[in-house]
Amino acid sequence: MQKTIKLITVSLLVFILGIFYLSLNRSSNYDTKFLVGSKLADIELKGLQSKEFFTNDDFKNNKYTLINFWASWCAPCRVEHPYLMMLSKNKDIKILGINFKDKKINALKFLEELGNPYDYLAKDNYGKQSVNFGIYGIPESILIDSKFNILKKIIGPINAKDIKEIKEIIKS
Amino acid sequence: MKIKLLCLVIFFNFSVYATSNEILNENQIHKNLRCLVCQGQSISDSNSEFAQTLKMVVKDLIKQGKTEDEIYNFLSDKYGDWILYKPKFNYENFLLWSFPYLVLVFGGFIIVFLIKKRQKKT
Repeated sequence: MQKTIKLITVSLLVFILGIFYLSLNRSSNYDTKFLVGSKLADIELKGLQSKEFFTNDDFKNNKYTLINFWASWCAPCRVEHPYLMMLSKNKDIKILGINFKDKKINALKFLEELGNPYDYLAKDNYGKQSVNFGIYGIPESILIDSKFNILKKIIGPINAKDIKEIKEIIKS
Repeated sequence: MKIKLLCLVIFFNFSVYATSNEILNENQIHKNLRCLVCQGQSISDSNSEFAQTLKMVVKDLIKQGKTEDEIYNFLSDKYGDWILYKPKFNYENFLLWSFPYLVLVFGGFIIVFLIKKRQKKT
């Protein structure tokens, strides 16, 4: 009987230490990169410049689409903009820019000043649509294929490394 | 006249009840949702952009007739279980939920064993 109790006690201790070990070695930075590999929810977005609606049908013929959440008031969006401009020259990828909680006039001024890398321009005035994409801050970008599978999720401004990785995905 | 007045009172009471119920549910849901961009705050305690957006989305989902669990499932699909303060009961969290009960049973088992051992000695 005493042996059983000792065995159970030791097992419990090992279990607790194991949990501690796993928890301490796990990254404590939260992100939504677990969405990579899953399918994107249905898209239904209002256009920024026109009254048109963008739905999945608008993107299903694209080999790859990069969905980029941005705003004129977002400083890191300015940092990533040259990279988006660079990416826009690639014919295998289309870029959907979703203007997040912004004023149309400021958004258009931003694009006039820095250039427009977007093939599609949509708006998310209240930020509600961003929840559908698992966005919790901007800038954030999602790379999808023609079947709406999420291939890559970039949290924060796009950098040279991300561009390289995107280009590798497109080539493969 | 009396009937009209009665109807008015019933209608008023019903709408007050419905409104308070909706507010209660909304607040309850907000308290169980973690503000992902804040330090240890629920969206109920936060005024961040993210919290405000989530509050609007929760309101919309309630209006669409979604249940509390459906709202939690929708949001944990998008942001992972980390967004929920009260973790879901599933195979991944099975131990988390059952561990206190296991410890309780094991503790009871030890107490019974020690009592019996003491009784044998006396």
